[in-house]
Amino acid sequence: MILAIVTISLMAGLFGLVLGYAAIRFKVEGNPIVDQIDAMLPQTQCGQCTFPGCRPYAEAIANGEAPINQCPPGGQATIVALADLLDTEVLELNAEHGEHLDIPLVALIDEQVCIGCTLCIQACPVDAILGSAKHMHTVIADECTGCKLCLPPCPVDCIYMVPTEQTIDDWKWSPPRSLEPLSNA
Amino acid sequence: MPKLHKFHGGMHLQGHKSESLQHDLQQASLPPRLVLPLKQHIGEYNKPLVDVGDRVLKGHMIAANSSLICAAVHAPTSGRIAEIASYPVAHPSGQADTCIVIDVDGDDKAAEPRLPDLQQLDAQQMIELICRAGIVGLGGAVFPTAPKLSRGKTQGIDTLIINGVECEPYITCDDILMRHYADEVLRGTGYLQRILQPQTTLIGIEDDKPEAITAMTAVLAQDDSINAEIVPIPTIYPSGGEKQLIQILTGREVPHGQLAFDIGLFCQNVGTCVAIARALEQDQPLISRVVTVSGDNIAQPGNWEVRLGTPINHLVDLAGGYLDADNAHLVMGGPMMGFSLSGDQVPIVKASNNILVTREQTIAHSIGYHDECIRCSKCTEVCPASLLPQQLYWHARARAWERTQEFHLFDCIECGCCSAVCPSNIPLVQYYRSAKSEIRAAQKALVKSDRARLRFEFRERRLQLKKQQDEERRRLKREALQNKKAQAAGDKPAVADPVQAALERVKARKQAMQEDSQ
Repeated sequence: MILAIVTISLMAGLFGLVLGYAAIRFKVEGNPIVDQIDAMLPQTQCGQCTFPGCRPYAEAIANGEAPINQCPPGGQATIVALADLLDTEVLELNAEHGEHLDIPLVALIDEQVCIGCTLCIQACPVDAILGSAKHMHTVIADECTGCKLCLPPCPVDCIYMVPTEQTIDDWKWSPPRSLEPLSNA
Repeated sequence: MPKLHKFHGGMHLQGHKSESLQHDLQQASLPPRLVLPLKQHIGEYNKPLVDVGDRVLKGHMIAANSSLICAAVHAPTSGRIAEIASYPVAHPSGQADTCIVIDVDGDDKAAEPRLPDLQQLDAQQMIELICRAGIVGLGGAVFPTAPKLSRGKTQGIDTLIINGVECEPYITCDDILMRHYADEVLRGTGYLQRILQPQTTLIGIEDDKPEAITAMTAVLAQDDSINAEIVPIPTIYPSGGEKQLIQILTGREVPHGQLAFDIGLFCQNVGTCVAIARALEQDQPLISRVVTVSGDNIAQPGNWEVRLGTPINHLVDLAGGYLDADNAHLVMGGPMMGFSLSGDQVPIVKASNNILVTREQTIAHSIGYHDECIRCSKCTEVCPASLLPQQLYWHARARAWERTQEFHLFDCIECGCCSAVCPSNIPLVQYYRSAKSEIRAAQKALVKSDRARLRFEFRERRLQLKKQQDEERRRLKREALQNKKAQAAGDKPAVADPVQAALERVKARKQAMQEDSQ
């Protein structure tokens, strides 16, 4: 009887020490689920989800404060991936936040009209606009995420959103026609 | 003679080779206009090096990429640049792409060749010359040859394999090339040996090409300088696939995710050998290739040596035209792996080995409807890559891309055996191709989003830093101001509180006045 109690107590103490050490030694910095969610978001940083950037939205999803269907640039594919990761129900994209475009947009500055006010440069979340005060600005098209955040600040409305150029390499084989995808994976 | 091995699966197909072998190799006449797509290889886009109106001579470089010159496009004949514009090209999408159009002047005048001293050249110089000639793998993959050689040289090669296996039905361009240019094939092989220094060289030719084997053996017997062995191999599809041929000749398997030169092997097509020989000996870039025109809807099937950029309808005219022009379907490549063309104005490019002209739409993946999979597993039996086509099909159809990759989707060589044997007529390869392009697009998007994240985070950090710096500056300014005040106060005689002092002075005066009045 006493032997059993002593043994169990010793083991409990030992395991407690091991776990306590592991909790310090292998402490995970930050919330890994946020990183995983953030990796699935398209990083447009457009704020259409009502959060100031993709990472804040990822944090809100992780905390259960926001549903997974608020990201129009990611579209249904992102929703499915998130539902898979979080093991929740697949939702339809919430149309309030915008609609998904198959071909992403890129900003284009009409350099004839630009007055060089630098307001769009300050608005761009990924530093994709180049220019300085009283000199015309231009968009680095490869870095532009098509978030449209540069449109509202422009005092002369000289920024347009145009579809990105699709080359022959962007073309995709279509699956055989007249067949619906299977629902289960 | 090395011991031959077998690869998993494969099929015996009806050859249909005799149709296009009735005639000898013919030289195609020059069309009035050549249309040269800027991109005829795997890799980045080329940029035009000429302007509209420029005169070019045969062999002039007209388009190249500054970072990778090895897939440059050259003028196939002399003429004037008519335009640089979008034209339909040989691509499964049927889309147009940027092309350089040359108005042919008919003189066929070549630029003055700069012939190198072949004996003096070292391996690096030879690779450079091959690079300048814009040579790409002519077996179908169109991967630039020079970078492949450089990689192979650094990795170290023990066995060089020359691929003279043309396993797809209808195609005979390599067969006729070996019959006609056996000497050039072997000289090209010799140059590859000088570059790569392999211990053994094997030339694999299928045993349904006895004339080619005879021609090659005869030339090899005369030339002592080339130490190579011609190996006839049994006719089975797809033994011409690089990995399959390696397995037949050496018994080795290229591991998942690796390439042939990672295990000391180097594979090159016979057509590429001819191109290498011509580039080194005559300073002639890759401007022509042998093309088979065959099928059940062409009057005189045959093989032509064609300048790149020749529109297919010109070639069809040379072959006597269509038998039934209203129902002509064009396929580039063979019936197993080829793709339908959008029309006959499409030009011949470096990858065009065969133009198949049929009466009906024969390419299996164009079928819209198919029956359900009955799990007969015939596809698994024939798969030469030892994959599980059925599993790949389920997952591809369910768009479960990760699962398809777990089943090694990217090891699929798209040979079409599984689609051909499927009793339910499922266009399996089209499912795989679609899945592959979806996955590639997703990977591309992921690269872009990772960059965007980095830039976003960098900007956040920068703004944060700026805020901190601003605060720090304000704090310093505030402190400096206080110090200054304190210093200014220190200069005057010490008065504890001037207001209090003034009040006291007033009080004292009032008191004095009161005392006076009393």
